[in-house]
Amino acid sequence: MIYPGNASCQGCPISLAMRCLDEIENPVVAMPAGCSTVIAGLHPHSAMKLAVVHVPFASTPAVACGLSEGYKKLGIKANVIAWMGDGALDIGFSAFSASAMRNDDIIAIVVDNEAYMNTGNQASLSTPLGAKTTTSPMGKRIARRNVGLITLAHHANYVATATVGYIQDLRAKFRKAGKLEGFRFIHVHAPCPPGWKFPSEKTIEVARKAVMSGAWVLYEYEKGILEFSAVGKKFLEKKNRIPIAEYVRTQSRFALSDEEIARLEREIDEEIEILLRFKKPRDSNS
Amino acid sequence: MQRGLQARSDKDGFRVKKLLTSNEAIAQAVKIAKPDVIAAYPITPQSPIVEKLAEMVERGELDARFVNAESEHSAMAIIHGAATAGARVFTATSSHGLAYMLEMCWWIAGSRLPAVMAVAMRSIGAPWNIHGDHLDIILLRDAGWIIGIAENAQEAFDMTLQAFYVSEEVNIPFAVGIDAFTMSHTAEVVEIWEPEIPKRRQAYTVTPGQEIAVNAVTLGKARMKARYDLALDLEKSAEVIESSDAKFGNHGGLVESYRLEDAEFAVVMAGGWCGDAKDAIDLLREEGKKIGLLRLRFLRPFPKKAIKKLKQEVLVVDRANTTIQGVLGLEVKACGLDAKNVVAGLGGLEVGVEDFYAIFKRFVEGAINEVEWFL
Repeated sequence: MIYPGNASCQGCPISLAMRCLDEIENPVVAMPAGCSTVIAGLHPHSAMKLAVVHVPFASTPAVACGLSEGYKKLGIKANVIAWMGDGALDIGFSAFSASAMRNDDIIAIVVDNEAYMNTGNQASLSTPLGAKTTTSPMGKRIARRNVGLITLAHHANYVATATVGYIQDLRAKFRKAGKLEGFRFIHVHAPCPPGWKFPSEKTIEVARKAVMSGAWVLYEYEKGILEFSAVGKKFLEKKNRIPIAEYVRTQSRFALSDEEIARLEREIDEEIEILLRFKKPRDSNS
Repeated sequence: MQRGLQARSDKDGFRVKKLLTSNEAIAQAVKIAKPDVIAAYPITPQSPIVEKLAEMVERGELDARFVNAESEHSAMAIIHGAATAGARVFTATSSHGLAYMLEMCWWIAGSRLPAVMAVAMRSIGAPWNIHGDHLDIILLRDAGWIIGIAENAQEAFDMTLQAFYVSEEVNIPFAVGIDAFTMSHTAEVVEIWEPEIPKRRQAYTVTPGQEIAVNAVTLGKARMKARYDLALDLEKSAEVIESSDAKFGNHGGLVESYRLEDAEFAVVMAGGWCGDAKDAIDLLREEGKKIGLLRLRFLRPFPKKAIKKLKQEVLVVDRANTTIQGVLGLEVKACGLDAKNVVAGLGGLEVGVEDFYAIFKRFVEGAINEVEWFL
């Protein structure tokens, strides 16, 4: 779904994820400004093999909703994709939340490189504890926001986490989302070589270590029940995980004390605890 | 009155007279225009428009998709998306809502997508004020919208129908302004009729299967060219407004002239309060003062031609200011006229017939300063 020779950086995770859009039939993409915009190409060129509607940040899920409603009224079959980074998700969060609650017939895909990378690496709500950005030069002292958990709390139609580290798993989730209806959310972990400061050939390795350490948990939530994805399942058990310190060390962006590393370890267990509750079918009376 | 009605109804079929507020009149007009997608976020005093439309959709009287947005920004974004898909779209807002959606107002205009929005014109804080003035709608001045301002419920009805036609003819969004409460919540007799509006037309649509990128990052001349084209087409939309005026109620096109023919003094105004101003002009006429009114029905395209034709002494009475001047005052002066300017009625401050009489009397006596605030 993306032509070679596009403007992505070496080792770019977003262009990897963009390739997988060919799993989704009849796509129309609403895309806010961000790294994706640059990769998608400057006017009058387009690096994307599909219809792209470029939009302002905060509007992305809402424009996608409008496209979807328009197509429905006019009888046009489409999978409208709101393709965002963590930046657009921050500024457009109320639109995202409303879209999930309305169960708009769209696929919201967030390629999360954990900072505002296109504008030069400023901290976002996704930036993890201890990560140095240009607006947190000593390392961010606030934990990241877990958007997956928040979307689960919306009881959205389909919620999945994915990573460019396991492309087959990501493709399967894009494919499944494309066949479902209603509000679908896929949160894609996207390690960014220049932003996270690791060599550009290490994107997959860093992405996998995030899963192996528990820093990124892979799951799917459908029909009210959460399933952990096969590819990351064994890392739910602490004994199978690599230490979070090992994931942190793959990048030069972190400035973490021993206490903060311990806090990150603790938060992984807490997240898994919460996710386990979504494995039970939802009580219809609650 | 009845005979006049009969004559006007021949061409367009039966007309029904109803007692409607301007909000209700707009909702009726929207229903007749058959939009595909309506998205809105409520705000006083606009809410009754979209409440009525939501009711029509739920009753099955209007076959449209109605989306409850969580903000005005999203409401405009939703109709932007729907218009991109090829749908006829409508939303309504006021005041802070218009300010909040302003980014998307620029975007929908820049994208050259037809759309219609009603604006129940209300003051913008701080401090809080829910009453009428034109401080909100002037935010749209530079965004590239057609901006109409109605005087009464009938005109609000007719202009809303014309808005769908004109917007889709020139690929420019169209805002219909009505005054907060004095129009939005005040019932008048309105003739409901159903003009024929062509099926949705627009310059382009985006659909699955196209390899297309709309509004990608531009370098070089592309942005400036797009802005130039929009400015040029906005000017040209005047012709479409004028030529379709007869079809949509015969209100005069960009302006309405009131007792101007032999006038030595001309007042320039826009909005619902022109009704009171006309009464004041009648009173002064009875005293032999040769005064008339040029009512601006459109803020964009700005009725430059009609204004430049004014040979009289000119007073502009404004319901919105920029710096110490009124907005219309500034724009009238930009047409090369040496006009006096009064700013009045902000935040719904009442300006009645007797107030207009007093202002106009001082004007014909040469006693009005360059710029005055009527406080």
